Amino acid sequence: MNRHAIAVRDLSFAYPDGTLALDGVSFDAVHGESVAVVGANGAGKSTLLLHLNGLLTPQRGSVDVGGTPVARDTLPEIRRTVGMVFQDPDDQLFMPTVAEDVGFGPLNLGLPPEAVAARVASALQRVGAEHLAERPPYRLSGGEKRAVAIATVLAMEPDVLVMDEPSSGLDPRARRRLLGLLKGFDQTRVIATHDLDLAAELCTRTIVMAGGRVLADRPTADVFADDALLEAGGLERPLGMRSCPVCGTEPARSGTPQK
Amino acid sequence: MSTIAAGLSALDRLDRLARLDTAVHRVDPRAKVITTAVFVVCVVSTGKYDLLGLLPFAVFPVVLAAEGDLPLGFLGRLLLMASPFALVMAAFNPLFDREVVAWLGSVPVTGGWISFASIVLRFLLTVAAALVLTATTSFAGVCLALEKLRVPEPLVTQLLLLYRYVFVLGDETRRMAQARRLRSFGRRGRDWRVYGQMLGHLLLRTFARAQRIYLAMKARGFDGSVRVARPLHFGPGDLVFTLGWSALFALFRTVNVPLALGRLVAGVLGIAAGTG
Ligand SMILES: Nc1ncnc2c1ncn2[C@@H]1O[C@H](COP(=O)(O)OP(=O)(O)OP(=O)(O)O)[C@@H](O)[C@H]1O
Ligand SMILES: [Mg+2]
Repeated sequence: MNRHAIAVRDLSFAYPDGTLALDGVSFDAVHGESVAVVGANGAGKSTLLLHLNGLLTPQRGSVDVGGTPVARDTLPEIRRTVGMVFQDPDDQLFMPTVAEDVGFGPLNLGLPPEAVAARVASALQRVGAEHLAERPPYRLSGGEKRAVAIATVLAMEPDVLVMDEPSSGLDPRARRRLLGLLKGFDQTRVIATHDLDLAAELCTRTIVMAGGRVLADRPTADVFADDALLEAGGLERPLGMRSCPVCGTEPARSGTPQK
Repeated sequence: MSTIAAGLSALDRLDRLARLDTAVHRVDPRAKVITTAVFVVCVVSTGKYDLLGLLPFAVFPVVLAAEGDLPLGFLGRLLLMASPFALVMAAFNPLFDREVVAWLGSVPVTGGWISFASIVLRFLLTVAAALVLTATTSFAGVCLALEKLRVPEPLVTQLLLLYRYVFVLGDETRRMAQARRLRSFGRRGRDWRVYGQMLGHLLLRTFARAQRIYLAMKARGFDGSVRVARPLHFGPGDLVFTLGWSALFALFRTVNVPLALGRLVAGVLGIAAGTG
């Protein structure tokens, strides 16, 4: 069995106020793959991601993670498998201190206190936030909150990582660190982002969404070379793949994925 | 709005004080919670007209605050912030209870005024003790102690979440007030209709955020109980702390210490006068 694969079939979802946020979305992600989900504001990226660990229930279609359909009775297992970083870190942090927040998930997994402490320490260290351990999360800067939010998910050691805008609000060095961190994973990763350079650098495949539908699902290099597609998706080429505005040279193929 | 901000920053400061490391901070949270509970019961159950008997109780918050390196000015300001509640609660006593029970020189003192002072004093004492408890234990520590003391878990979880929610509400309020100020250019936009709309909007916003936080908790395996891994150790020192203070409170409660002291002094003086 392939624990890390994701299969989404004909997924549709409308919010209670009638907004049709997803309209027949299908895609697959195989074990260890890194997939970017891009698209304009309101395209439905966050809504799609919320389905991947069962926080929203499909109104039509299905979501499978590692061969298990996401349904009410499989939720505990799904949530152990899929770790989710939310778009707004303020939503993710709710315990009195950073360390307790990072330890929240592992404790819910039923780990003994020493194992939890070890996971907390290593997760905080990986995102470079050891020094924040005893601070209350609601008093951190935006980027610090983001780093801690990522640590809360890493501490659960999920098989699949789902991230909504992981790089927004990070300073260049923290963003670099995040890139390195994400590159180092062998989990399946689904990353919704407006940071197209991040997508270009990290993801082998890119899904372009618009109006709740999948506009394209292709290798990242193809997507970012297709100006008509980008235009339709309300996107622009990543900076790293544009020709130089000063000297006019064509881009080096540095933007191609390295995996 | 600024009072909300002030309240929040006070809560925040209490929590930061709780991270100090003094002998009082190191006492097991359970010992402090039990002792404070005994304190509150003794203070609250003291007789309605027994003003003098209450005074010795002040020893507890004062000693703990001093030993715990807490800034007395800050605690005093918090007490002042809370005192209007006490005044309101006690306000009617002087009106209803006009029987003269004592004379201060030639000024008649009614039972109403004495019970008024007693209510205010009891309120201040209990609030001071609660503040000192929080500032030496942290809110989370208090919750943890409650859980370990077998207080029903849903209640403790509610308390913890409520505390988090207060900050959420405060932050949303601050952000909205700021957004309004930035675009209302002085006086315009300050009318009541706008405030009404803002209030409605604020409720919806906090509701939406609370819902998203709940989602995030579920995503990390929340099943109705907040688990905290903090090893607690209840040592002999903690036992002495609890029993010592509790015995003192019991003494204050059964013997009117100032009165007894007064009688003793008067007795000694009387004997001296009688023999002299
Ligand atoms: N709680 C909600 N209630 C009603 N409609 C919603 C809700 N959340 C999102 N929507 C709507 O659903 C659609 C998809 O929203 P979604 O948040 O998935 O977009 P997104 O691609 O993540 O956008 P962004 O890039 O801005 O984060 C939008 O039209 C949005 O207005
Ligand atoms: Mg989004």
